[in-house]
Amino acid sequence: MSKTTLTRRGVLRTGAVAGAGVALPTIFTASSARAFTNEPTGGSVTLGFNVPQTGPYADEGADELRAYELAVEHLNGGGDGGMLQTFSSKALEGSGILGKKVEYVTGDTQTKSDAARASAKSMIEKDGAIMITGGSSSGVAVAVQGLCQEAGVIFMAGLTHSNDTTGKDKKANGFRHFFNAYMSGAALAPVLANAYGKDRKAYHLTADYTWGWTQEESIKAATEALGWETVEAVKTPLAQTDFSSYIAPVLNSGADVLVLNHYGGNMVNSLTNAVQFGLREKQANGKNFEIVVPLFSRLMARGAGENIKGILGSTNWHWSLQDEGTKAFVKSFGTKYGFPPSQAAHTCYVQTLLYADAVQRAGSFDPCAVAEALEGYEFDGLGNGPTLYRAEDHQCFKDVLVVRGKENPTSEFDLLEVVEITPRGQVEYAADHPMFAGGALGSCNPGV
Amino acid sequence: MFGLGKKDLTLFLIVAVMALFAPFILNPFPTDSGMAQFNAGYPDLMQRFVIFGILAIGFNILFGLTGYLSFGHAAFLGVGSYAAVWMFKLLSMNVIPAILLSMIVSGLFAVVIGYVSLRRSGIYFSILTLAFAQMSYNLAYSVLTPITNGETGLQITLDDPRILGVSATADGGIPVTNLFGLEMRSFETLNIGPWAFQFSVGYYVAAIIMLISFYVAIRIFRSPFGMMLRAIKSNQNRLYYTGLNARPYTLAAFVISGMYAGLAGGLLACMDPLAGAERMQWTASGEVVLMTILGGAGTLIGPVLGAGFIKYFENIFSKINDQVVHAWVSFLPDGLENFVVAIIHPFVGKGWHLTLGLMFMLIVIFLPGGLVEGGQRISRRLRRKPAEDDAKSASTEPAE
Amino acid sequence: MDAIILQILNGLDKGSAYALIALGLTLIFGTLGVVNFAHGALFMIGAFCAVTLNRLLTLSHQVVDETRTDFLGNPLKVDVPYVQDIFGEVTGAAIIDWSVPLAILFSIPIMIGIGVIMERGLIKHFYKRPHADQILVTFGLAIVLQEIIKQIFGANPIPTPAPDVFRGSFDFGTMLGFDPNVIIYPYWRLVYFGFAAIIIGAVFAFLQFTTFGMVVRAGMADRETVGLLGINIDRRFTIMFGLAAAVAGLAGVMYAPINSPNYHMGMDFLVLSFVVVVVGGMGSLPGAVLAGFLLGILESFASMNEIKSILPGIDQIIIYLVAIIILLTRPRGLMGRKGVMED
Repeated sequence: MSKTTLTRRGVLRTGAVAGAGVALPTIFTASSARAFTNEPTGGSVTLGFNVPQTGPYADEGADELRAYELAVEHLNGGGDGGMLQTFSSKALEGSGILGKKVEYVTGDTQTKSDAARASAKSMIEKDGAIMITGGSSSGVAVAVQGLCQEAGVIFMAGLTHSNDTTGKDKKANGFRHFFNAYMSGAALAPVLANAYGKDRKAYHLTADYTWGWTQEESIKAATEALGWETVEAVKTPLAQTDFSSYIAPVLNSGADVLVLNHYGGNMVNSLTNAVQFGLREKQANGKNFEIVVPLFSRLMARGAGENIKGILGSTNWHWSLQDEGTKAFVKSFGTKYGFPPSQAAHTCYVQTLLYADAVQRAGSFDPCAVAEALEGYEFDGLGNGPTLYRAEDHQCFKDVLVVRGKENPTSEFDLLEVVEITPRGQVEYAADHPMFAGGALGSCNPGV
Repeated sequence: MFGLGKKDLTLFLIVAVMALFAPFILNPFPTDSGMAQFNAGYPDLMQRFVIFGILAIGFNILFGLTGYLSFGHAAFLGVGSYAAVWMFKLLSMNVIPAILLSMIVSGLFAVVIGYVSLRRSGIYFSILTLAFAQMSYNLAYSVLTPITNGETGLQITLDDPRILGVSATADGGIPVTNLFGLEMRSFETLNIGPWAFQFSVGYYVAAIIMLISFYVAIRIFRSPFGMMLRAIKSNQNRLYYTGLNARPYTLAAFVISGMYAGLAGGLLACMDPLAGAERMQWTASGEVVLMTILGGAGTLIGPVLGAGFIKYFENIFSKINDQVVHAWVSFLPDGLENFVVAIIHPFVGKGWHLTLGLMFMLIVIFLPGGLVEGGQRISRRLRRKPAEDDAKSASTEPAE
Repeated sequence: MDAIILQILNGLDKGSAYALIALGLTLIFGTLGVVNFAHGALFMIGAFCAVTLNRLLTLSHQVVDETRTDFLGNPLKVDVPYVQDIFGEVTGAAIIDWSVPLAILFSIPIMIGIGVIMERGLIKHFYKRPHADQILVTFGLAIVLQEIIKQIFGANPIPTPAPDVFRGSFDFGTMLGFDPNVIIYPYWRLVYFGFAAIIIGAVFAFLQFTTFGMVVRAGMADRETVGLLGINIDRRFTIMFGLAAAVAGLAGVMYAPINSPNYHMGMDFLVLSFVVVVVGGMGSLPGAVLAGFLLGILESFASMNEIKSILPGIDQIIIYLVAIIILLTRPRGLMGRKGVMED
């Protein structure tokens, strides 16, 4: 029978190849020979930039990518060097990392934890990336951080604001420069109390997923400590686009402040709807009704347009800061792309520099050596003042900005003004703070 | 042989050989060449090819045979993943119990949803399944977070109370999914000249399961049960008039198909122990539908091709950035180079959706039977033989 | 009581958006038998017609303002729209302010054009093809359309405000004898509701009272017979498709101030509008409108704190739950006809 022949041939062929593999063990690069995953052997080193390129955060991802490209250019000695000149550590000389030229691969997280992991895996398995960075949401950050821990590469988180990233989901291989919900609350609450008084009743609208919850918890705790009262906290579905039915009852609830624990499209829509309802022109309890958006970003502010004017919130960084690091970064970014960078771009740029610097200081790409170099590292000159990478949870501690939507913007990028730079001491918390409890760093994993 | 007809056996063997040699077939370009970007032979993507192949094969048992278009199939994939990850967390890092539980749980889930949804047919059925899946997704993302870990996705942590096994390895790491000690993520690299071929344990486990699933699907297609399902598709009323109740058959097909999806979900979790809620979203369900139609609904091999096609675009085209394109065309003079890059730019990297959408349209316009028809046309052209041979081909019956 | 009135208002408003989109979708279903997954994209393109007109009206030339500086320390360039040069500062500003209502006129020819091109160029060839092929091709088209919009306008939402006079909200409460501020509703949403009512009424009147509408309705019932009577049903169906596209587009234009348009807003509405159409019953126009309002109102009620505290997460699933219950109790939705899209 012809089909039997076919089978036998198939089997024979399989056998032959398998035999060749066994007979010639020297052609295997025995994976155990390497000290750690994707150890760079040639004259270059590959970094993986995993950012949202499709979906609602695509513009934020595009800005992150611009920052990464700029960082790579500076690390390789191109351009004007940007923050390398202002960075307190002088280990980096613009000759790549440890003399190896920096190359990069990009991928699309789609802002889905699944797709983000697939993309990161392809960078690690196919392209030999030694470090993964990027992302624009906490779900993705936590998922990719977990993957990097398992695979044995370093993860430098991009934009992720949930307490969990360096709280219950912290990992030894993961590092976050961005601030978190707790810090937003700690920085924002005193400013709110100053601006709107201590006798306020707040109504929270919260995106119904992990990040929303941690932010609501943080803001509630911080404002209640200053005498505010929380009238109601309502969860809204992530997929919600029209928030009218959540906003309509606010005015009649006895509250006089609305806190929007939303991000991205959710925030743009809920704020637009709230302003449409005329909440900001209303009076409640004899006071002007106010709206607060605890986590701001310039890209979101653009989406909300006029509605953002006069609204208080917090950000990690803003291009209008006047320190030397910020000025150097804004100058080189602005010269290259024609507009100022967003906070997402800033944190990604800084994370890349910090990683490169840690490798340089450690003298090795080994994730464990890099982690050790980053842990407890004090630095300055990267736009946020003196900053500490805390060893216990791999969270950066630095000043937090409280900002307000600008009344008279000079351009479509000039939408926020810095109200206060909250000093680092005020936003620090103990590593075992209850909002961050429940996880463990584990030990660093070099892979293989 | 194996109870398969000649055509089916040939097809099965071709699939088996391709699956076996996928690390070679998918890595045609030397690692350091510019074309290496198009290599798909790395463990994660190969695993995804076969796992989504399983999903599409299962979906095709329902849609290809009975004509019932489920728009909520991703729910079973998600449920399977959650079940598997919970098994890793609570019982053991061995993949066998995880896979079994994921099939059982998704099967039960399919019984409930199928029992309700199959009371209606046509688009009413589609919307019912869609509604169930969207409810599952929305709840998994929010209210059910204690079970699903919501936005972040269910992951394995250092303090899981694993009954058979340890919570953490001796050096403080998270244990790895394995098959009796054979770690899913481990792989060997074979270097031949400038080529590097990766042989991953996880991939071969998944590939063998895919071959078993494929074999079972062929048997179902050729069985009296399969005939009954086709009868339901062609004319359900006539079936009623002959005194047959179609419902148990469609329910059986629905449950089998749901278990295939659960198996795929379980396998995804075995290769990478994370279960994200997005797996259940309607877009994921839509993706399964698209895979099947794209490949050729009702054909045996079509859905697998469709799954591979979509996953390839998602993972390969999304990674092509301007830097890569510049490298390809760097031989051109500067002005021309920038021009070519500007032309390609909208279609790769962040524009990979655009290319995918265009491919959907082109394929359905020019190849009404999906990719399988494309393959037939090519082979017909090559053999220069009249089409009657293919028209009767047992393995490739175009969708109704 | 006040809370219930408020949520009914909200429901009517949401419902009018659902009904408008579902109306076009069910028209295409009913007349052409085509499953149009690109219908959401038409809604999105409508919203971007408003954005485009706004962009066109604010086309500017730059004037250097020496007194201020930009972020790099260079003298600031201030944008001055050409419209203000042509019509003077006040009139120009007013025209820009009214860009969304003006976009209604702007969008009608565009949307009809897109609809006709879509039908003649693509959909026409898929009448005889299986629904599965229709889904694939229209889904592909939807992706292509939204990616094109993304390439032009970016992924971020684009603020498209309503005219200044519609800012703020109307106090219903005082009219009904409640305290001030208890029942307030934004003017623009009231406008949207009224607009939707007019459009829905117009479509019904058109189908009910014109010969054209009569032929189309006959075609919906039995296409073959109408064809046998020597009536060129194809041409009418093309016009029908253009009309459905225009309805979706108008819904999008007017929706732009409610939620800042972004490129994937069509996909967000697509699933929902399918649910609405099917709950209403395939091929039934009144059914689609009824289902739209019903689901809108129920969704609003489900978001009330009183109900959420009893059933947490109910607002996440209410639409789907209601859809399941209705489809199980009424086999063909609220007003569906037998035999339409049942196989």
